[in-house]
Amino acid sequence: MALLGAVLLSGAALLIIGASPLDAFGLILSGAFGSPSRLAYVLTASVPVLLCSAGLLVTFAAGLWNIGIEGQVVMGAVFATGVMQCLQPVLPPSAVLILAALAGILGGVLWGISAGALRLYGNVNEIFGGLGLNFIAGSLTVYLILGPWKRPGIGSTSGTLPFPPSLWLPAFKGFHVSPVEVLLGLGAMGLIAALLRGTYLGLQFKAVGKNQRSAFLMGVPVGRRMLLAFALCGGLAGLAGWVLIVGTSARHNLFPLISSGYGFLAILVVLLANFTALWSVPISLFFAALAMGSLQLPLQRQLDSSLGGVIQGMLVLSVLITQGLQSRFFRREER
Amino acid sequence: MTMDLSILLASVLAASPPIVFAILGETITEKAGVINLSLDGSLLLTAMAAFVVALETHSVLAGFAVSMIVGAFIAWIIAFLSLTLYQSQLATGFVLTLLCRDLAYVLGNSYAHVPGPQVPHTPIPGLETLPVIGPILFNQDPVVYLSLMAIVGVWVYMYKTQPGLKLQGLGERPAAAFVRGVNVNAMRYVYTLVGGALVGLGGASFSLLVKPGWARPYGIEGTGWIALAIVIFGGWKPTRAALGAYFFVALQTAVNVLQSALPDVPTQIFATLPFPLMILTLLFVTIGNSEGMNQVLSHLPEEAQALVRRVFKALQTSPPAALGTTFKKE
Repeated sequence: MALLGAVLLSGAALLIIGASPLDAFGLILSGAFGSPSRLAYVLTASVPVLLCSAGLLVTFAAGLWNIGIEGQVVMGAVFATGVMQCLQPVLPPSAVLILAALAGILGGVLWGISAGALRLYGNVNEIFGGLGLNFIAGSLTVYLILGPWKRPGIGSTSGTLPFPPSLWLPAFKGFHVSPVEVLLGLGAMGLIAALLRGTYLGLQFKAVGKNQRSAFLMGVPVGRRMLLAFALCGGLAGLAGWVLIVGTSARHNLFPLISSGYGFLAILVVLLANFTALWSVPISLFFAALAMGSLQLPLQRQLDSSLGGVIQGMLVLSVLITQGLQSRFFRREER
Repeated sequence: MTMDLSILLASVLAASPPIVFAILGETITEKAGVINLSLDGSLLLTAMAAFVVALETHSVLAGFAVSMIVGAFIAWIIAFLSLTLYQSQLATGFVLTLLCRDLAYVLGNSYAHVPGPQVPHTPIPGLETLPVIGPILFNQDPVVYLSLMAIVGVWVYMYKTQPGLKLQGLGERPAAAFVRGVNVNAMRYVYTLVGGALVGLGGASFSLLVKPGWARPYGIEGTGWIALAIVIFGGWKPTRAALGAYFFVALQTAVNVLQSALPDVPTQIFATLPFPLMILTLLFVTIGNSEGMNQVLSHLPEEAQALVRRVFKALQTSPPAALGTTFKKE
C-alpha cells in the first residue's frame, strides 16, 4: 500500500512538470533490469548500501543517529586509496587489496569514533558532529585529489589516476559481478543480525538505546558501548568505501563525493526496514535498482536522475504515515 | 580602511537574509518543542519554488508567498507525523531533507540556468547618506530590512508578550502549559507552521536575492544543516542565533577574501571551510557541560579552572527541556 502511495505521489510530481509517469517508471525498470549487465550493476551497487545499512543497524540499536556515515565511507575510500598507491609497486595485487580493505575499515573506524568522542566528551550531538566530519572528509578528498595525489600533469576534480585492472576485484565473465563483494555485503548483514539478536553485546547495545540511565545502573559501560557502536558502523562504512574503489561497478579511483549518498540512502533503507536486518537486504537491492534505473532518465529524456530519490523518499514517508495511522487509530479500537 | 570595512559589513548584511530567516524559523519551531530537521531540503525546495513562480508570474512577491506556503506545508508534514501520529521527528525530518532536495532537482530541472527576476535594490532615501552606518544599514534590499525587523520582532514577541511566554512554556514544560489552559498540540502546530513559513522566506531570499536563479546543484547544499547548528549555537535565543548567522556569513565572506589572497590553493577547499569551522564553534559552546571536560579541568590550578569555567558558562546553552518529545494528555 505504501509502495502504491509512493508511486502515485511521484507520478503526480511528474505530471506537474508535464512528463509521462508511465514512461519514466518504465525507463527506471528497464534501466535497472533491462539487461544482464544492468542487473549486475544493480547488484554491485547494492553492496555499499548493504554494508552501510548493517552498520547503521548497530548505531540505531544503540539509539544513535550516525549521519556521519557519509564521511566514514569517504575516509574508507581515502585510506584504501592511500595504501594502494603506496604498496602497489611493492606487493602482489591480492595482498595490496586485502591491506587496502583493512586500511579502509581503519579509516571508517577513526571517523566513526571521532563522531562518538565528540558526542561523549564534547557534548556535540552526533548529528552535527557527524555532519561536520562529513564536510571535513569532503574537503580532505578534494585537497588530496588536487594536491598530493593529483594525476601526472594537471590535477583535476575528476579524480586520481585510476588503478590498473589487477587491483580490481575479480568478477565473473559476462555477468559483471564480483562474488567477493556480494558475499561481503550479505555476510556483514548476517553477522550484525546475529550480533544484535543472539549475543550479550547486542543486548547491551539495545539497552543503551532504550534507556541509557537504566543501562548504566545495570552495569553496562554506556560510553564505551556507544563508541563501539560508532566504531562498528564506521568500520563497515569504511569497507563500503573500499568497495567503491576496487569493486566491479567502481571507477577505480578517488574522486570528490565518492560516497555518492550511499550512506544517507542506507539510513532510508534502515528506516524503511523498521530497523530489521531481514528486510534491509531486499530494500537495499530495491533502492539500488531505483538509483541505477534513474540514471537512464537524463540520458534518454529531459528528466532529472533524482526521481529515484523522490520515489525512495516518498516510500519511506508513506510507510511512516501508515505506521502512524495504524498505531494511532486502529490499535486503540482493539482495546 | 574604514571604507573597506563598511563595504565588507554591508556585503555580509546583504548576504545574510536567507540564513537569518531560516534560523529565526527554526528557533521558533524548537522553542515550541518541535525539531524541524528538514531545513537543508526545505531551503532548496522553497528556493526553487520561489524562483519558478516569480519567473512565471513576473511577480517577486508571488514567489515569496509561494515559498512561505511550501515551507509551511513541509513543516505541517512534520507536525502531523510527530504530533498527531507520534512518529519520530528526527526520522521524518531526515526523510524530508532528502525528499525535498530530490523533488527540487526533479521539478526545477527545466528552469536551471534560466535568467529570472530578482528583488530590486532599494536604498532608503535620506538615511543612506548617513556617515558609516548609512552605506551599511540603509543601502540594501527590502529583504535585508525585513530580516533585521524580523530579528527584533521575534525577540520582542518571545520575551515581551504574553503569547511569547506561553510559546516558551510549550518547549520547556508542556504539561504545565496545558494545565494553564494552553492547547499544547494546536499551538505547536501553529508555531511549527510559522517556523516553516520563515524557512520558506529564507529559501526565497536565496533564489530571488542572494543567489538569483536555479541550478543543480544549486550551491547552497549544506547550508540548512549549518542553520540547524547555528540555532544550537544561539542557545535558542533569536538575537544570539542571529549573531551566529552573521558570524557564519562573515566566515564565508572572509573565505572569499582569503581565496583571492592565496590563488595557489584550489578554490574547492575554501568553499567547504566555513562548514567545519562552524561545527568547531559548536564544540566550544557545548563542551562546557560535558563530564569529560570537568575531569580535565580538575587537573588545572584553581584560578585557571575558575577562569575556564566562567568562559564556558558564558558560552553555554541548553535546549528547551521538552524538545523533540511528544505531549500526550493522560
